[in-house]
Amino acid sequence: MFGKKVKLRIIFLSFALVSLILIVFLILKSLEENVVYFKSPTEIKNLSELTKKKVRVGGMVKKNSLEVNSKEISFVITDFKNEIKVTYSGIVPNLFEEEKGVVAEGFIQDRKFFVAKKILAKHDENYMPPEVKKALENN
Amino acid sequence: MINQLGNYSLVFCVLFSIFIITQSIRAIISKNSKFDGIFYNLVFLQLFLVVFSFFCLVVNFIVSDFSNVTVYNNSHTSKPLFYKISGVWGNHEGSLLLWLLVLILFLFLFILNSKKSENSYKLLTILFQEVIIFGFLLFIIFTSNPFEYVFPTPIEGLGLNPILQDPALAIHPPILYLGYVGTSLVFSSSLAATVNKSINSDWAKHIKKWIFASWIFLTLGIMLGSIWAYYELGWGGFWFWDPVENVSLMPWLCLTALLHSVLVLEKRNSLKNWTIILSIATFALSMSGTFLVRSGILNSIHTFANDPSRGLFILIFLFILILLAIIIYFSYEIKNTNPSNNFFWLSKETAVLINNWFMMYFLSVVLVGTLYPIFLEVISNEKISVGAPFYHKLMVPFLIPFFIFMSIGPRLKWIKDKFTKINYYQILILILSLVISYLIVEYSGVKYLFSTILISTSIFLFYSSASDLVKKNVQFPQKISHFAFSLLIISILVNGIYSKEINSNMKVGDNLTFMNKKIEFKSINFEKQDNYNLLRGNFEITEEGKIPINFQPEIRIYDQPVISTSEADIKTNLLNDNFIVFSLLKEGEVFNVRYQQKPFMIWIWISLIMLAFGGSLALIKK
Repeated sequence: MFGKKVKLRIIFLSFALVSLILIVFLILKSLEENVVYFKSPTEIKNLSELTKKKVRVGGMVKKNSLEVNSKEISFVITDFKNEIKVTYSGIVPNLFEEEKGVVAEGFIQDRKFFVAKKILAKHDENYMPPEVKKALENN
Repeated sequence: MINQLGNYSLVFCVLFSIFIITQSIRAIISKNSKFDGIFYNLVFLQLFLVVFSFFCLVVNFIVSDFSNVTVYNNSHTSKPLFYKISGVWGNHEGSLLLWLLVLILFLFLFILNSKKSENSYKLLTILFQEVIIFGFLLFIIFTSNPFEYVFPTPIEGLGLNPILQDPALAIHPPILYLGYVGTSLVFSSSLAATVNKSINSDWAKHIKKWIFASWIFLTLGIMLGSIWAYYELGWGGFWFWDPVENVSLMPWLCLTALLHSVLVLEKRNSLKNWTIILSIATFALSMSGTFLVRSGILNSIHTFANDPSRGLFILIFLFILILLAIIIYFSYEIKNTNPSNNFFWLSKETAVLINNWFMMYFLSVVLVGTLYPIFLEVISNEKISVGAPFYHKLMVPFLIPFFIFMSIGPRLKWIKDKFTKINYYQILILILSLVISYLIVEYSGVKYLFSTILISTSIFLFYSSASDLVKKNVQFPQKISHFAFSLLIISILVNGIYSKEINSNMKVGDNLTFMNKKIEFKSINFEKQDNYNLLRGNFEITEEGKIPINFQPEIRIYDQPVISTSEADIKTNLLNDNFIVFSLLKEGEVFNVRYQQKPFMIWIWISLIMLAFGGSLALIKK
């Protein structure tokens, strides 16, 4: 029906198309699985269902809430409306302090308890993650 | 005074730009074949003006003239001279001035270097490059002028962010910019060659140098940033898939693809369209990188200021440039002179194409991961971040075929090759590498079939590129770079698999046992330096049967602005990096301590330098 050259071209094109679709599908699929959502303590409190996925929690480190033992630290993140207790074992950034903004990445245990796997570094004393700023402004 | 001089020379630059643009258009239209040195002089004067302007800013920083807003915002009298100077490009305004300087410098070098090229092509390149320069000039003068002044003059400046006060970071921006801006010349020249209908082997040979030069600087620039992140910021990591890192990786991937495709254009006079598209894309990626970083859309250490008007300006400018490029690309047909445009399936051309496909795939993964969060936030106001798992999941599986192709590709001949060359010996090596990697995976406790395959293919690649080193039919620069790349891959893999770390909160006198090593926190000293106070920890690590090693990581508390940074202490040898860093935790009693063992770290840096070195060999070779 078709010449040899045309046939080859059709095969090539359909191959390219299929692989393109596959790649797009792959990217989107793994995007869906691997994105990390940002929540404020209030948003976590209002969640209809607790997610098992990794999330980020942002807010202020509550005054006098930081406790340290040899294995881990714990502190309370507050958005001045609601708060959530966070435990973490690992290295904390230098700018981590009470009454400063913080973003913790980890897993929600329940509405009041969070296990962090990572505390995000901030590099400027005036800098506040936009998420935190917004969450604070909204409340 | 100096301030005004700098400012006026920038304004004069704009006039020169307009003049050069109109003159080059006139020369192109009148087909004036005499290239009478006027452009050489004009661009030289323009270069002089912008160098002068840059010099004024440097002087302002050195003498700490705080009537200049940029100096006031980013400098301080107590800062060491070296960081006063590096502070010039450690901020938004100054770094853009540097960007402009490099833009004009490259155009000047281009004019110097292309004496043999056709006049109309040269004029067109000058025109396009000048358009970019003009845009940047306007951008600098109207939205980010480094010479704005404050009155009354403040007594003291606000200081440079201490984490930027670091030797690697002092030279990181200029090197990276050389790479970024180099792509602008490739862009201008590609458009010029398209309009001039002179895309051929000769052009490829000529533009190849610029592509290599940009690629070398981009590689080194990324490496410097990565080294800095490793010891200053990352606590032992060297790549975080941070949006700002991605933004530099994307043009690199594109440029790497271009680097290979331009060789096909040179040798076979083919892949013309593709090469032009890649040139345009590379520059667009470099520009959008600047846009994303400068506009404050991406939040990171590189975001100096969040000023929407800047972002908007760059976005519009970028849009115009890309539109211009697309219009030019579609209105001038690129004729393929090579009658047999289809490559034989087993040939070097096909291998290069495969390389390009992989690069494009990696590029699109990084692109989606970087841009998706921005789009999602605009559309649904949902805030998300895309982390390492996304990139690893999508890229790592594709590395396996990529490595195999990369082992075979360089050995193929141009035009047509025979299958018989892939001999049993190679298959034996493949099996051997499978066994070795199985042992590695088994021993390290990461029991995945997948890792086994990944490691064995990378060992295979390492073997192939190493044995290519002694072969004659492979180009020398290519041998070096390919070998360096395989070394890089192996080092990263070994590093990833065997890295060990322990975190703990310690007081002075505390002990810690980790992998039959005893880590003892002995004491801390206080010291006063010029512009910071220093807290030096003394740690001793004892391993049975070995001499104890002392580590002295530091915490620096800078005066202006008051920020503390951690300086890791790293003991490097050929096999391992031993890395200790500590930070303040609570009222200076308890410290957060991290000890890491990072195998093959030094080889990552060595292989990157070697990779760039291979590129520079190609550059020197005529």
